[in-house]
Amino acid sequence: MKKELSFITVIGKDKKGIVAKISNLLYKNNINIEDISQKVMEGFFVMAMLVETSGYKKPQANISKELEKIGKELGLKIQIQHENIFKKMHRV
Amino acid sequence: MAITVEEIFETASMILYQNLDIRTTTLGINLKDCVHSNFKTFKKKIYDKVAGEGTRLIREAKKLELKYGIPIVNKRIAVTPVSLIMEAHATKVKFLEMAKVLDRAAQKAGIDFIGGFGGLCQKGLSKSDQVLIESLPQVLSRTKRVCGFLNVGSTTSGMNLDAINLLGPMLKSTARKTKNAVGCAKFVVLVNAPEDNPFMAGSFHGVGEPDMVLNVGISGPGVVRSVVEKNQDCDLTQLSEVIKRTVFKITRAGELIGRELAKNLKIPFGIVDISLASTTAEGDSVAKVLEAFGIESVGAHGTTLAVALLMDAVKKGGAMASANVGGLSGTFIPISEDKGMIEAVKRGSLSLDKLESLTGVCSVGLDMVAIPGNTPESTINAIIADELAIGIINNKTTAARILPIPGKKAGDKVDLGGLLGTAIVMPINKYSAEKFMLRGGRLPAPITSLRN
Repeated sequence: MKKELSFITVIGKDKKGIVAKISNLLYKNNINIEDISQKVMEGFFVMAMLVETSGYKKPQANISKELEKIGKELGLKIQIQHENIFKKMHRV
Repeated sequence: MAITVEEIFETASMILYQNLDIRTTTLGINLKDCVHSNFKTFKKKIYDKVAGEGTRLIREAKKLELKYGIPIVNKRIAVTPVSLIMEAHATKVKFLEMAKVLDRAAQKAGIDFIGGFGGLCQKGLSKSDQVLIESLPQVLSRTKRVCGFLNVGSTTSGMNLDAINLLGPMLKSTARKTKNAVGCAKFVVLVNAPEDNPFMAGSFHGVGEPDMVLNVGISGPGVVRSVVEKNQDCDLTQLSEVIKRTVFKITRAGELIGRELAKNLKIPFGIVDISLASTTAEGDSVAKVLEAFGIESVGAHGTTLAVALLMDAVKKGGAMASANVGGLSGTFIPISEDKGMIEAVKRGSLSLDKLESLTGVCSVGLDMVAIPGNTPESTINAIIADELAIGIINNKTTAARILPIPGKKAGDKVDLGGLLGTAIVMPINKYSAEKFMLRGGRLPAPITSLRN
């Protein structure tokens, strides 16, 4: 099956439980984490998670909302975006 | 990871903190196939087509917003110039009825503006064009979503002064019928009008276009300003280079959304318009980009050079990013919608004359310019004619969207509401060109049109 890759971006202050909460949600929704990397940039803690979503069968709006909810709880910005937007913008 | 965290952070920051979005996705719809001798049948066909396609546009666009995490601010429709399809029904009453049908169809689909209520009269006015112009004050005051336009000249045809002379009275009548002249905000007069411009109010679906087409307008003043601010010390060549790279990225985002949306709608993808579109949002201002260059207040000496540099860099970055760059792609800056522009007018640093001269290096035009309500009609015509003459001679699109605000004088502040922002009434030259304008006729096509 063709891989459907998206990036989950977390921006804000580093906290305990970010990875745990997000990966728990992803596990429950049959989304696989392919890669994680993180860095502190311009004073922001930034984490990018590459995820494979072909096993996810619900509408995209659901997972976006769930992630947003976790973001609110932890005081972070969390969003999910298909990888193509990054590929298009940053690769010729 | 093929994409680095830095790159992901850059894109995310553009969207979260610098107002990067897709400014508009505009669906062009051919309405010629709806023409019918029975006016009732004609109206029904138009309503069904516009409402149906508009609903599909909104549904598919919303899906892409979620998939890519980028807002698509406006979803709009442009139709065949209404003057063309109404030729067998050219009465004022029927024009108003047709406008109401388009308004209702747009409302049904959830579309905020529908463009194309206009005509192409660069060489002369058809009966239908004339009746359409007469109907405009009613149409612009009695519908909410319908936008009007008129193409009154082109480099190959010259400029139709007789058509321009009808506009001063039309605009003043529209201004009197709507609060703070906001009806005039829904009408643009152009020369060399592109047939695929996605930005309102001058958007229409040209006669050379396919049955349906999807055009996209990008945004990005906030993103460009941020990169300029990070590069305080570089010279003009380097400044051009950093702007180019940034515009490349935002154009690619626009192209991605446009192509995929067109594919999902099963229609051809048209163009990406790379005009930097200002909005009333804080920081989303072209004036602030120019001020970040080192100009104290827009309109100061040096502004023309700054706009020339900015626009050239934008075009180079955009052209590299997409083979489908089109539309205006020249930044038609709505003064009232750009906070930095309004501040400059308030300070007295930005005048009508400077705006007109900026048109020489891009398509700044006279967009959303408020003038005193007692401006003579012939002077309004002359302001329009001056602006458009620049386009005719220089083989480019220029346009004017002018609001003569009843009861207001130069310096007065006018709240136009919502997306249209706030205007400061600009002073105008008090001397008259009436005798000249009354000569009428057509400015011949310039010598530069003889290229064959």
